[in-house]
Amino acid sequence: MMRTIQGIGVSAGRVLGPSRRMPPPVPEPDPEAKPAPGSTVDGEKARLKDAAEAVREDLKHRAETASGDAKAVLDATAMMASDPMLLKAAGKHINAGMSTDRAIWEAGMEVAAMLQSLGGYMAERTQDVLDVRARIVAELNGLPAPGIPASDVPFILTAVELAPADTATLDPAMVIGLVTSEGGPQSHTAILARSLGLPAVVGAPGADEVPDGAEIYLDGASGTVVVEPGSGERDAANKYAARSSLPAFNGSGATSDGHHVPLLANVGSGKDARAAAEAGAEGIGLLRTEFCFLGRDTEPTIEEQVAAYGAVFEAFPGRKVVIRTLDAGADKPLPFLTDATEPNPALGVRGFRTDRTSPGVLARQLEAIAAAAGAHTADVWVMAPMISTAEEAADFAVMCAGAGLGMPGVMVEVPAAAIMSEAVLSRVRFASLGTNDLTQYTMASDRQLGSLASLNDPWQPAVLQLISATVAGAARATALEPASGARTVGVCGEAAADPALAVVLAGMGVNTLSMTPRALSGVGAVLESVTLEQAKELASRALAAHTAAEARTIVRSRLPILEQLGL
Amino acid sequence: MAERKATVASRVGLHARPASIFAEAAAAQPVEVTIAKEGEPAEEAMDASSMLSLMSLGASHGDVVVLRSDDEGADTALEELAKILETDLDAT
Repeated sequence: MMRTIQGIGVSAGRVLGPSRRMPPPVPEPDPEAKPAPGSTVDGEKARLKDAAEAVREDLKHRAETASGDAKAVLDATAMMASDPMLLKAAGKHINAGMSTDRAIWEAGMEVAAMLQSLGGYMAERTQDVLDVRARIVAELNGLPAPGIPASDVPFILTAVELAPADTATLDPAMVIGLVTSEGGPQSHTAILARSLGLPAVVGAPGADEVPDGAEIYLDGASGTVVVEPGSGERDAANKYAARSSLPAFNGSGATSDGHHVPLLANVGSGKDARAAAEAGAEGIGLLRTEFCFLGRDTEPTIEEQVAAYGAVFEAFPGRKVVIRTLDAGADKPLPFLTDATEPNPALGVRGFRTDRTSPGVLARQLEAIAAAAGAHTADVWVMAPMISTAEEAADFAVMCAGAGLGMPGVMVEVPAAAIMSEAVLSRVRFASLGTNDLTQYTMASDRQLGSLASLNDPWQPAVLQLISATVAGAARATALEPASGARTVGVCGEAAADPALAVVLAGMGVNTLSMTPRALSGVGAVLESVTLEQAKELASRALAAHTAAEARTIVRSRLPILEQLGL
Repeated sequence: MAERKATVASRVGLHARPASIFAEAAAAQPVEVTIAKEGEPAEEAMDASSMLSLMSLGASHGDVVVLRSDDEGADTALEELAKILETDLDAT
């Protein structure tokens, strides 16, 4: 029987197809469990070998149909499944009287620790060993293999929530849409869906309990999921499939009457930057520097940093590149900078605040940025994350000047900085709104919690008001001291990648929009469909709305191009 | 006991793809073969058919390793495996 589940649309598109459920993670076997009565050591070893062999065959089979990076990962993982080292280690535990499930579990842990201690490429294989271990335990117990299910036909994946590790094995040719029961607009599932351009709905209660194979329909714009859909949904999906194709981004974001709003890209590595340049990005609006630091026990050397940043600058000769200094803490802990025992890491020592507890790391990073900038022609702007006060902005500006960096700026993620925008922007040259964190802090709702997803919505009127206040403060700071140039305001959060919200932001006076390269064509096309006057009108209507839903509905209903392009 | 020395030719060393090609070839041999770095005691040698062992061996480009087998008629097997080590497997 037809049944509707309301969730949160995080990536537009309407699709219909059979559902496949993501199996729950394999539970850790009980360390106290004894071998099954009547089992023998040799019998258990043989059973383990057979299970390992079956996992290996399954992975090899999947590798045959995969390509590129996914194939290489699957091939290597297949070999690990029946590796003598892993099986011998498990065999020793079986000899000592451990249950077979627990024996392979412990053996996997030992091998993973060994790889981790070797560092570098080996340490990156740790996850593969743990994946193999879970697969063998599932096989031993007749449970479905963990990870994205295999299928011969394209399907809609249903899950509780996807983990970053699932992204490597998600085949966009097979998965046509995503529905999760948990997760919010900034969850891993949402970010993944947008980067792949897959229609997705998150926070849809009970979506993970839809029976495997049941037909479902999802609308990634409205957040509606229909189980056993009818002809209306079928028509909507067919219409979407026949939508006008999105023209490639022409490399210059502007309204129809020529008001230029540069569309920039968010990147995290030199490779990302080259892809962004190919997609037509006019520059980089957010270069996350965590890629240089994460997964390390010690600070990278200045030389390593110069090379990593240089690879990004090289992709945008003569263009603007906004680099964000290290944003460690909260969901991105670093052993040498952050205190993992903080009771409330999102409100703890993170971002720019780590300079108080671990001085030196930021100064060395700025030195590396300056050296890399000196070796390339990119127009390098530098901003600090988690700035709350004018004093912090001033301190950062002084540090930048000391390193010879002439364009200091701040991220506006903390409501205090948005409200005090005039004072903050009197100390620095620009601001970039990180709408994901700004929303989390404004609404006092953890962005990782699916149950709070409706609060974690950048369309929330309070968030829109703070964005507007930031722009107004920047204009006043410019008027007070016109000689030091216009204080510009950009948006680099997920809000900029929502084509309808992007028009509202442009209408509010936001100068630049930075997004995942995948979103450039959609945002560019929708922006081009309105005049600056119309964008301003939509912005004032959104700002006058009392609820997020009202703001979104009012704006979307006045942008007919969204429907034509299936956005 | 048969023994054969070989110099690792792959530029990335005995990691990743070269390691998996070598481990697969070692597993396909009718005899059991161990691998150790030159100068390391034979009793600490590792199973040549285990990719995880090869990864923990950490042999780099230019390192000399020793292949050993106690099984009969292992000479051909060692020769074949040594040839694989002496080829730059990362070049293809």
